[in-house]
Amino acid sequence: MKMEQAATRQIRYSLSESGLLEISFQGDFLHYEHLEELEEIQKLPETPLLKKIILKGEGIQKWDSTLLVILYDLAQKAGEKKIPVKTDNLPEGIQNLLNLALTVKRRPPETEEKKESFLTRWGEETLNKYAALKKGAAFTGTAFKSIGRFFTSSVVMRPVDFLFALQDCGYKALPIVAVISFMVGLIFGFVGSMQLKLFGAQIYVASLVAIAMVRVMGAVMTGIIMAGRTGASYAATIGTMQVNEEVDALKTMGIPVTDFLLLPRMLALMLTMPLLTVFSDLFGIMGGSVVGIFLLDLSPVEYWNYSINALNLKNFLIGVFHGFVFGCVIALCGCYYGIYCGKDADSVGKATTNAVVASIVWIIICTAIITVFCEVFGI
Amino acid sequence: MNTAGQKENKRQPLSEQKTPDAIQVKGLTVAYDDFILMKDVSFEVKEKEIFIIMGASGSGKSTLLKILTGLKAPAKGTVLIGGIDFWRSNSKVQKNIMSKNGILYQSGALFSSMTLAENIALPLQQYSDFSQKEIDELVHLKLALVGLEGFGDFYPSEISGGMKKRAGLARALALDPKIVYFDEPSAGLDPISSRLLDDLIIQINQNLGTTIVVVTHELESIFTIGTNSIFLDEELRTVTAQGNPRDLLRNPPNEKVRHFLTRTAGENEKNSK
Repeated sequence: MKMEQAATRQIRYSLSESGLLEISFQGDFLHYEHLEELEEIQKLPETPLLKKIILKGEGIQKWDSTLLVILYDLAQKAGEKKIPVKTDNLPEGIQNLLNLALTVKRRPPETEEKKESFLTRWGEETLNKYAALKKGAAFTGTAFKSIGRFFTSSVVMRPVDFLFALQDCGYKALPIVAVISFMVGLIFGFVGSMQLKLFGAQIYVASLVAIAMVRVMGAVMTGIIMAGRTGASYAATIGTMQVNEEVDALKTMGIPVTDFLLLPRMLALMLTMPLLTVFSDLFGIMGGSVVGIFLLDLSPVEYWNYSINALNLKNFLIGVFHGFVFGCVIALCGCYYGIYCGKDADSVGKATTNAVVASIVWIIICTAIITVFCEVFGI
Repeated sequence: MNTAGQKENKRQPLSEQKTPDAIQVKGLTVAYDDFILMKDVSFEVKEKEIFIIMGASGSGKSTLLKILTGLKAPAKGTVLIGGIDFWRSNSKVQKNIMSKNGILYQSGALFSSMTLAENIALPLQQYSDFSQKEIDELVHLKLALVGLEGFGDFYPSEISGGMKKRAGLARALALDPKIVYFDEPSAGLDPISSRLLDDLIIQINQNLGTTIVVVTHELESIFTIGTNSIFLDEELRTVTAQGNPRDLLRNPPNEKVRHFLTRTAGENEKNSK
């Protein structure tokens, strides 16, 4: 048997009647990828009556790992069939690497694959979710205990950390909140005007935008912006501290992690979120006024008066309260996922994503709860 | 295992002297959920000795350190620190014990938002009644002790890995702890920095009388600083040898310890690593 390949490369093999298979390699074996030929070689150990294989390599000139792969696979397959493999004049490098690869018998530990019913998996998942919820509730409790300690006794919080957090989620967030709120107000105004025009009630665009922004949308939009901006930053910062063992260092120093890491951030967000909400309300109304003034030909004074008349203190306070609650939610989610982050870079990424997703979900849930509560109590 | 320039540690093992135990570990079992990482681990660390926890990667050295430092609770067993059962004490007692320990983490674990001086001042502000001026003076002293005088205003990102470890050590020493734990102190350091850190550990032990517990698998360090040690076997999942590392080298109690201390690999190790 003989297989002719490129001029410089040949693989010859011969099977004697005594069951001895000699495979000789000649020429260059660089980037060797002839699949048909490889398949044929890999089937050789299955040859009937085969008793021994000899790999001859005196003719090998240039080679790389692709040749090693062929020899290794061949030796492995022959080993499985308990057929001895000898080598003859293989280049020293190939011989050494082959010995190395065949000497170390390393296998990952076999794990039993659990076959569980859908009900079991569903049950386990529910239990996991329940445990996570309990852990989150405990974390929230610890956080509020820290706040309690802040007002009643001493806490381990550096004032400078609080000021940095205040700066980060305060005036530095103003531009993005202004732009997004202005655009949301503009969209509200535009969509509202299209419907109200049908009834000749376009003047009520001002009321619509003002009430929607001030009562809930200003706070929700600010919450979503801050979840993506500040919540993510909290999770990433604390997560990186976890990776660098800084959180462990705090714990072993006996310093409460919630005091040191969460408290300054939470207090800063609790303070700034209501203010940012008011700021967002103003820019939302300004966005709506663009539609009122330029599309509906209302005068600025008229638009302003209608907006102010539509608002009352109750709506304003409900909006501000939303902002306060969202501040707590964002700080809790960001810090929770940061503190419970794993110890590698990938975990920091996951913690950041989870913090943003959880913040937004909880913002919507809290909005629904507050709305239902206000409805039930007629607020 | 003496290499060029390596001084033999001829200090008498404290385990042979009558000194009280700084740490006593009895029948410890460590588990992650259903997986038992270690079982029946028992040993004592005498006061003022440099105790090495050694073993191959994955043998549970760092996890054991977490249990000793209060970061992870054991599944079973007792850890007595200064005679007090740490894991059965209330949080106030635990906090008190923790405040008397110093820990140097593998990465230094300095708070990146604080300068070195602020890092070292933090435990002093937390646990002492010193005035700010006294704290500043103590910080200067601790920095000088680890050879970082004048670096107080630097941030961790502005200094090298070896300096970070030294600064971490200065923070660990801030409250004059009775026990200082080291997690892989030589990891990531060049041979000279590693040797200097070893010398510093010996200096602290001898001059401040601090009990030192070091988790490492660096043979150079083990033989240079260790006065007593345990070997954790990752297959048997328990302690298989205890004693002065040099004695263990001369009379290894089993093949695993001999291979580990002579940096050779038996067939088992070749196939499992």
